[in-house]
Amino acid sequence: MASKLPKPPLEHSASGAGAAASEAHAAPPKGILRWLLTTNHKEIGSLYLIFSLIMFFIGGIFALVVRLELFQPGLQFVDPEFFNQMTTMHGLIMVFAAVMPAFTGLANWMIPLQIGAPDMALPRLNNFSFWLLPVAFILLLSTLLMPGGGPNFGWTFYAPLSTTYAPPSTTFFILAMHIAGISSILGAINIIATILNMRAPGMRMMDMPLFVWTWLITAFLLIAVMPVLAGVITMMLLDINFGTSFFDAAGGGDPVLFQHLFWFFGHPEVYIMILPAFGIVSAIIPTFARKPLFGYASMVYATASIAILSFLVWAHHMFVVGLPLVAELFFMYTTMLIAVPTGVKVFNWITTLFQGSITFETPMLFALAFVVLFTIGGFSGLMLAIAPADFQYHDTYFVVAHFHYVLVPGAIFSIMAGVYYWLPKWTGHYPSETLGRWHFWLSVIGVNLTFFPMHFSGLAGMPRRIPDYALQFADFNLVSSLGAFLFGLSQLLFVVVIVKCVRGGEKAPAKAWEGAEDLEWSVPSPAPLHTFETPPHVTPQPHP
Amino acid sequence: MSPVQRTVSRTLVVLVAMFAFAFALVPLYDVFCRITGLNGKVDTTAQALVHEEVDASRYVTVQLVTRSGSGLPWRLEVEQRQLRVHPGQAVEVGFTFVNQSEAPQWGRAVPSVSPSNANRHLRKVSCFCFEEQRLEAGERLELPLVFQLARDLPPEVNTVTLVYTLYPVERGALALTPRDPGSSSDGGDA
Amino acid sequence: MSRRLAWLSGSGVMGLSAQAQASGWNMPVGVTDISAEIYSLHMTIFWICVVIGLVVFGVMFYSLFRYRRSRHPEAANFHENTTVEVIWTTLPLLILVGMAVPATATLKKMYDTSDAELDVMVTGQQWRWRYEYLGEEVAFTSNMSTPRAQIRGEEPFGEHYLLEVDRPLVLPINRKVRFLFTADDVIHSWWVPDFAVKQDTIPGFVNENWVRINEPGIYRGQCAELCGMDHGFMPIVVHALEEDEFDAWLAERRDEAAEEALGVDRDWALEELMARGEEVYGAICASCHQVEGQGMLPTFPALAGNERLIDDLAWHSDTVINGVSGTAMPAFRSTLNPVELAAVLTYTRNAWGNDTGDTVQPAQIAEQLAR
Repeated sequence: MASKLPKPPLEHSASGAGAAASEAHAAPPKGILRWLLTTNHKEIGSLYLIFSLIMFFIGGIFALVVRLELFQPGLQFVDPEFFNQMTTMHGLIMVFAAVMPAFTGLANWMIPLQIGAPDMALPRLNNFSFWLLPVAFILLLSTLLMPGGGPNFGWTFYAPLSTTYAPPSTTFFILAMHIAGISSILGAINIIATILNMRAPGMRMMDMPLFVWTWLITAFLLIAVMPVLAGVITMMLLDINFGTSFFDAAGGGDPVLFQHLFWFFGHPEVYIMILPAFGIVSAIIPTFARKPLFGYASMVYATASIAILSFLVWAHHMFVVGLPLVAELFFMYTTMLIAVPTGVKVFNWITTLFQGSITFETPMLFALAFVVLFTIGGFSGLMLAIAPADFQYHDTYFVVAHFHYVLVPGAIFSIMAGVYYWLPKWTGHYPSETLGRWHFWLSVIGVNLTFFPMHFSGLAGMPRRIPDYALQFADFNLVSSLGAFLFGLSQLLFVVVIVKCVRGGEKAPAKAWEGAEDLEWSVPSPAPLHTFETPPHVTPQPHP
Repeated sequence: MSPVQRTVSRTLVVLVAMFAFAFALVPLYDVFCRITGLNGKVDTTAQALVHEEVDASRYVTVQLVTRSGSGLPWRLEVEQRQLRVHPGQAVEVGFTFVNQSEAPQWGRAVPSVSPSNANRHLRKVSCFCFEEQRLEAGERLELPLVFQLARDLPPEVNTVTLVYTLYPVERGALALTPRDPGSSSDGGDA
Repeated sequence: MSRRLAWLSGSGVMGLSAQAQASGWNMPVGVTDISAEIYSLHMTIFWICVVIGLVVFGVMFYSLFRYRRSRHPEAANFHENTTVEVIWTTLPLLILVGMAVPATATLKKMYDTSDAELDVMVTGQQWRWRYEYLGEEVAFTSNMSTPRAQIRGEEPFGEHYLLEVDRPLVLPINRKVRFLFTADDVIHSWWVPDFAVKQDTIPGFVNENWVRINEPGIYRGQCAELCGMDHGFMPIVVHALEEDEFDAWLAERRDEAAEEALGVDRDWALEELMARGEEVYGAICASCHQVEGQGMLPTFPALAGNERLIDDLAWHSDTVINGVSGTAMPAFRSTLNPVELAAVLTYTRNAWGNDTGDTVQPAQIAEQLAR
């Protein structure tokens, strides 16, 4: 297999397997061309992660503009038009440019290491799918400077607000989303091809670490739904520029059709952002509990069930759109069902802790916070599933609280946990435990200060996506805004930790964490540029 | 073919199929809407009158509402805004279209029905909403709506509202001219 | 202000204090049977979640404490147990069924719009609501009445900042009111928490919902679906009146509409039209075209100094009456009456240095509309 891989263009080939034992990266950076042309999964993984971190800050700044305006009632800083652009861009950037690329970056780095493969199956495609991303998002961000401003219709871009009534820049928004979508699709194809074909001899599917499993399922979801997103935005493009009426009642179309198509993509998309998180947490908890993961097989089945169910629940985002009673009941029942496999996962994690021998290093802290706070997001999700009650919850801050609990201390905490967990493997140094703890505690406090009061403001009647609000919501918004700034600023610590860790720190051995079991811990730290050129032999055994 | 190539070609097939599926959902959704009455969508083709016994013991109130979308200088009026009909009965109501402008124009009345569970039991035998209308400058046109509420209309439905929203049709606007406000008689660039 | 007072006079509403305000941090119980049912569903599910959460997190934190390495240096090695897996799959399923049963019952009631005694058509428009009492010949538009100066921080906030309107929807208590929802431009969503009614208004299509209010009072809500720039500024206010008061109010509105229709028959002076036009402009047009007619490019064209507007009266009135397809400019032919149309046309032709000196008479407009 390895011999078939295209040779990396520059001096990488000089490193080869012989350099596997050396401590530093074999090839020192030499100009931008190296990064533009790299086909090495580790370098591309790093590119994805760095890109995602930058976008996390840009999306975060947009969120802080929103929170600054909402700090107190009245309009103080921005006008409603710009406010809408900020909420929209915050959502788009965080979903498509921060969370998704971060997971793809982790997949690039870790999947070959975890399955004993020398690289991804399609290294040149890998390079291409990464470099599409900066193109897509520079284009998307540039719409903010165009006449009429950038997208201002929410990250869900409901027609006809996003078609007939959209700013002129919408065509560029559509182009940017197409490019980002192609990038995700190519990344997913690569991951599927890698996992299915490049596992080390002797490694069966049910021997794969859960991070690999959850990513395999995620990649299938991506293949299934990104084309639907592409279809929807193509229809928008036709409606805007070529006089068709897919979503325009005046021409015989239907705006509600847009929502069905969007959420047929959108709900699986939500799981695309959480399934890899399940995989990361399932790697970290056993490591620091020093005890095998409880219920490996049921974890796999639960992940698969969640993925399948995700295609049957989309209209729970549309309970107040005027669905017929039968549809309303169907989507209520299927949505409630998702609680079952999700519950199984939480129970498995907790049982893994039970009778373990637990330590609390930074990755474990983030993973434990994930379990608790994601479960809280799950509870509010269950409440939202109850269709009659959703008539009160829908489109309020209660929903905002719900999905931020799932995405921030859910997806993003899991990414941070993964970064702290694998940094020793990437850099050869442990991240600073002291700074890591500060980062963790400030983040946990910040996240809860920001999002917990949103449950209350939503229940009390505050709609989402409004630039100004009635006086009874003032206290909750004040707390949320303070929390948001605390959370935002404490992420600077994250950058400090990463930079310090890259530059130096306590040396990490190959097996950086004593309880860690997976294959990546069998290669030296830092992992040399080329690993597993001779595939390791995995003895088939019940996992783990 | 190497195993990797095989995997990739299979995923590409799924990819193309899902993209096509998104577009296939458009007509599928229409069918689904008509069956379930989702969104008050109604059939846009005429249905045959079914000869069934009129249920004289039951009255259903039918409300007729006309609305104007933007960009069409037409008046649309219905002769009776509210009727009481029996299930099974064939009913005819007159609608008047007037083009108040100085130019011929195309328009379309988009129908919607509420409640949604009445939808399947409403048979429109003849309706101006099945096609686009062309009115000359100042022309006045009387068009009938002929409909029948089926006898099996669910017993809990005792009011049915038919709403017609009038929209302009930009004939020949397809292809090159996007929704350019200037292409109709006005000019939104003012 | 005077018109607002006139709107409510004789209806008894002014005597009511604002009531039924939410507790401030939980869903309101509301003033309908349905809203109370939804509240109890919400609380039931909330407490179920709290109990499950206490058990799950209890076990978790116990394990974290009891099995920390310093107390439990040797980890156990079990990793499978089919019995517990089956239990924790089935048990949640049973709890879910228990939740689904009452939820289904409530949902069915919410979908039963039959036997309504009053039908109100609610139309969402960027950025206001229009209410039409079907079969009653009463219809009006309801705009936010909070002054922009308060929003900009130039004046202190009023008590009902952002939740006050010029003309509230007035409904009777103890009668089943059926709402028909639609929209003129984009999707909006009409929401009054105290009624537990939230329904999207979709251009070209109608949706239904209903309410039977148990308590007279003033109830406030907001648009819940992002609908563009002023999404945050299209509140809903409902005055629920005793039945006889409501009937009196409705009769009064019918008379008022008839009286306004009489205004069509007489000649209006420029000043009169300007005064009325400024009112209409402020309530309807200013949110997009701005108070000084300067517009907001590229979406909302300027009216002040607009040459086409100044030169071409026919085009100007056609645009206002019929709207512009594919833009945010709606047709006002059926939402403003001839007097209001004439007034706002006159106003925009003479304000901010447009000085055409034209007066557009209500009679002219009425004639044009009836052609």
